Amino acid sequence: MRKFYGTDLPNPLMLGTAQYPSPAILEEAFRASGAGVATVSLRREGAGGAGQTFWQMIRDLGVYILPNTAGCHTVKEAVTTAQMAREVFGTDWIKLELIGHTDSLQPDVFQLVEAARILSEDGFQVFPYTTEDLIVGERLLEAGCEVLMPWGAPIGSGRGLNNEYGLRAMRAEFPDTPLVVDAGIGLPSHAAHAMELGYDAVLLNTAVARAGDPALMAKAMAQAVEAGRLAYEADPIEARDMAEASTPVIGKAFL
Amino acid sequence: MKIVLNGEARDVAATNLAALLVECGLTGKVATAINEEFVPAGLRATKTLNEGDRVEVLAPMQGG
Repeated sequence: MRKFYGTDLPNPLMLGTAQYPSPAILEEAFRASGAGVATVSLRREGAGGAGQTFWQMIRDLGVYILPNTAGCHTVKEAVTTAQMAREVFGTDWIKLELIGHTDSLQPDVFQLVEAARILSEDGFQVFPYTTEDLIVGERLLEAGCEVLMPWGAPIGSGRGLNNEYGLRAMRAEFPDTPLVVDAGIGLPSHAAHAMELGYDAVLLNTAVARAGDPALMAKAMAQAVEAGRLAYEADPIEARDMAEASTPVIGKAFL
Repeated sequence: MKIVLNGEARDVAATNLAALLVECGLTGKVATAINEEFVPAGLRATKTLNEGDRVEVLAPMQGG
């Protein structure tokens, strides 16, 4: 498995921390899945100090923390958010989101590249939420990124891999770069599919948090990414249009 | 002094950012910005507040 900025992950599942029915269920989902990375955000703190309780719980999970810049629409906003996240969470990792489209939450790749360059030069280890566009991927690597995170489908849509061809092409184009399918996963089969393409990890949130039984779905996702990875390593057969008998013809009785 | 804290208009006695956090009970794990510029924790005590400043105090929260 490729390293993420020099770090080996315990398994290929990165799990979001939003939208769970309760903090206890969130914790249960993490324990059931063994996910090694938790994505988190920064929001305005209220007088009640809600953020402090959350932070304590996340720290107790003992996983790698990947703060995001969710909801940012400009380079300036994303860079400032990243700087604030680095101080609070004590990590150089940043999941860089630059949202460009209101309905699809498609990344604004032009601003993404610019922000990635500024943050990389400032010592951040950037995990850019991008599309499957190869040229954008190339530009992000030139900007200093050592990981690429193309979307599977729009955030929260649960559609799976909208463009398998594009994701496959990305894997072929960047053989040495850790690649993560981020967003759009709805089912374990989607997550397994991403791993079968040779992706290094899958990042998902809604599919687990909004499931009827989040902990059970988290476990299913963990097994799916593991199965997908093993399948990729096992070098699967090529699909073909016609049948090919698997039982030997030689030795068949003449009856 | 009148400032805007996390989007709400406030009248505060504090004259620097560190004192403002104490005055408003925001003493946990937070990150700060004034007028869209990040202010590192180490600079809060020397960061003077001005009338009309927009102060953001952010804390860890759930995210995807």
